[in-house]
Amino acid sequence: MKLGEIKKILNAVVLSKNGDMELEIGRAYCADLMSDVLAFSITNSLLITGLTNSQVIRTADMADMNAIVFVQGKRPDLETISLAEEKNIPLLVTDFSMFGTCGRLFEKGLQGRSNRDK
Amino acid sequence: MNKTAEGVFFLTGKDFAKAGVASSNLKAILESMGVPPDIIRRAAIAAFEAEVNVIIYAVAGMMHYSITQEMIKIIVQDMGPGIPDIALAMTEGYSTAPDYIREMGFGSGMGLPNIKKSTDKLTVNSVVGEGTTLEFIINLNKTA
Ligand SMILES: Nc1ncnc2c1ncn2[C@@H]1O[C@H](COP(=O)(O)OP(=O)(O)OP(=O)(O)O)[C@@H](O)[C@H]1O
Ligand SMILES: [Mg+2]
Repeated sequence: MKLGEIKKILNAVVLSKNGDMELEIGRAYCADLMSDVLAFSITNSLLITGLTNSQVIRTADMADMNAIVFVQGKRPDLETISLAEEKNIPLLVTDFSMFGTCGRLFEKGLQGRSNRDK
Repeated sequence: MNKTAEGVFFLTGKDFAKAGVASSNLKAILESMGVPPDIIRRAAIAAFEAEVNVIIYAVAGMMHYSITQEMIKIIVQDMGPGIPDIALAMTEGYSTAPDYIREMGFGSGMGLPNIKKSTDKLTVNSVVGEGTTLEFIINLNKTA
């Protein structure tokens, strides 16, 4: 699924300059605990989170994740946004809740971290 | 890849704004050396978890890395409270992190177990009241 389609489904706003909407997103992982992301996420995937500090960007970068969606209208500060731009990780924000965000993407066919997870 | 590299990064306790800078720099070095991405990811994740632990729990520390043909070796040493029961600390879900750490997204007790999982060899040494040293290795010349 292209990042642009994810943006449309979530009625999301792009926060970072480097929002390549053609970016292909294979899977998604959602958590507010960064160590869970580091332990269970997979590469080239979308991180869905309600946390907005710079650690989220660091975590996504270390775990080779492709893009981040912040839920419930939560926006990171400018420093965090510029770190994401530096790391070339597009940032999106949606007004939907964590549940609503995941539900919508799941319904449209975006898959979880493994086939078992779907 | 036919280069080697060695260096050290210094870490300051409670400097959360900088948490991840050392691991991020290490990741860039590994990328510039042409290490395969899946190996870089394992090293970066392990280094980041170790770095965050120093920043959360210790006063100060350092991350030493050496990259050779054979392996990536990372030593993260800190001056801090130490770990009284290493086996317990290695258990998934065990954490003494206070609430404000959890609000930052850490403190689920997954860090040390994930360092073990992500690396080929992990050694933890700790002296209560003095500090903790983690040494971990990721092999590069695997025929797997
Ligand atoms: N460098 C250290 N100095 C002192 N204690 C440590 C250190 N590293 C880990 N510990 C202790 O071991 C526990 C488990 O560490 P671990 O990294 O597995 O989980 P965590 O840091 O609590 O949470 P997470 O890593 O999931 O964010 C910690 O809660 C802490 O009590
Ligand atoms: Mg930890």
